[in-house]
Amino acid sequence: MVIDKIKKINQTEEENKKNIKASDMLIGKWVKCDACKEILYKEEVHRNYSVCPNCGKHFRLSARRRISQIIDEGTFVEINKDMETRNPLDFEGYSKKIEALQEKTNIKEAVTTGYGEINGEKVVIAVMDGNFMMGSMGSVVGEKITSSIEEAIKNKLPFIIFCVSGGARMQEGIISLMQMAKTSSALAKLDEAGLLYISVLTDPTTGGVTASFASLGDIILAEPNALIGFAGPRVIEQTIKQKLPDGFQKSEFLLEHGFIDKIVERRDMKDTLYKILRLHK
Amino acid sequence: MKQKKLTAWDRVMLARKTDRPKSLEYIKLICDEFIELHGDRLYSDDKSIITGIGKIGEYAVTIVGQQKGKTTKENMERNFGMTNPEGYRKALRIMKQAEKFNRPIITFVDTPGAYPGIGAEERGQGEAIAKNLLEMSRLKTPIISIVIGEGSSGGALGICVADKIIMLENAVYSILSPEGFASILYKDASKNKEAAEHMKITAKDLKDLNVIDEIIEEPEGGAGEDIQGVSSKIKKCILDNIKKLKEIDKESLVNNRYEKFRKIK
Repeated sequence: MVIDKIKKINQTEEENKKNIKASDMLIGKWVKCDACKEILYKEEVHRNYSVCPNCGKHFRLSARRRISQIIDEGTFVEINKDMETRNPLDFEGYSKKIEALQEKTNIKEAVTTGYGEINGEKVVIAVMDGNFMMGSMGSVVGEKITSSIEEAIKNKLPFIIFCVSGGARMQEGIISLMQMAKTSSALAKLDEAGLLYISVLTDPTTGGVTASFASLGDIILAEPNALIGFAGPRVIEQTIKQKLPDGFQKSEFLLEHGFIDKIVERRDMKDTLYKILRLHK
Repeated sequence: MKQKKLTAWDRVMLARKTDRPKSLEYIKLICDEFIELHGDRLYSDDKSIITGIGKIGEYAVTIVGQQKGKTTKENMERNFGMTNPEGYRKALRIMKQAEKFNRPIITFVDTPGAYPGIGAEERGQGEAIAKNLLEMSRLKTPIISIVIGEGSSGGALGICVADKIIMLENAVYSILSPEGFASILYKDASKNKEAAEHMKITAKDLKDLNVIDEIIEEPEGGAGEDIQGVSSKIKKCILDNIKKLKEIDKESLVNNRYEKFRKIK
């Protein structure tokens, strides 16, 4: 087994070497696909929209990478970049954790919001980042999303959210819970204004985010095989005391049960969004 | 005055007491008339939520209340007050009807959380709650929510986007149960008491945070010690608030509700 694996790694390395220029190799690194266990050349994965070329697994993206895949180069204008995270419960260690994460991830919070263009179509977009406290929604995430919805209303623009979140942020307690009501109320206003809202669900989208803005799109898209649900699988298993069936709470399951409009592969996401935007002009 | 020294965990225990008065008891004592109405018109009738129309004083009102049981049998029937998607959809149907007929909406919140089950996920628990948050924010009729026991997580919020949010003194309102919070943040569910003290879940904490508007006092030992007295306080509070909210034009009412949640940072 182990020898087979090493052989396979060597083979892949050999194949990759043939395809890649020597200069790429110097900066390149290898990654292992957590789904099919294939060893992959990082640069190739990067060129393939951070999707495993072997099995199609959609790896998690930083907000920065997502924006570069969706928004036309040079058109993204970030808003509310420096909003400060507070500690409403005075929860021990929380402020320090936030600081450390800001340092590590080089972003200030779990969502990036701004204006941008998709093949020339102007939108307001909010992109969550799972690297920052699992994309959880506290006050700043709720506030940035609400502000960006209000910007869309003010400027009569379509609004898009890329969701990735473990849910409401526990460390901010009830204030996080209230962000669900706040963002959903803002979406009611966007709806009243007759503006388009597209929600894109990526792996994972759960808890209070699923129970608020993620589920409220006029059109709801999802990446393949993303975990999407209200209660987490572990909580459900503990409650019903049995194992969950394969594929439970995956994008394909939600499509089958009528809760999303379409599953879209990452390489097709920008074009799909563009087509939808054009049909709403 | 001894009661004021209760810890947050003491109040969790009071809020969860099986013999604590539940929604139906308050509804019977507060309303001069009440007709229960059933079903979401989509799937089924969720018995963890009571909905109906009634009369309080001079006002015809719509009532939505999460219902726990007092016995094991009752709790099985009521799913321990854990609402399924069809419960939220039933509530929304009835609340939209209230808007149509210009009736104020009173909701009683009492749930350990939305039900985390296979069927609930299949039928879109997240979507059902989300839809209620969005629609409640723009209903053109007064909404008054009263947390009477446990108000836990999105399961409570799903019927609690209101113009006035009121809590009974020993009720708790939180992002998650203290056990869930402890298991996530302390990796140890047995630290529930410690979690309760840090979560700011009591009526007083939430009033200080401007998340709720009013607190209704309870007798020593909890609401069950004098349900008549507590009911009449709730009734007075509802009537006072309906009177005030009825004076506001519908557009301002909805704008004020938006601002109420908008400003929570």
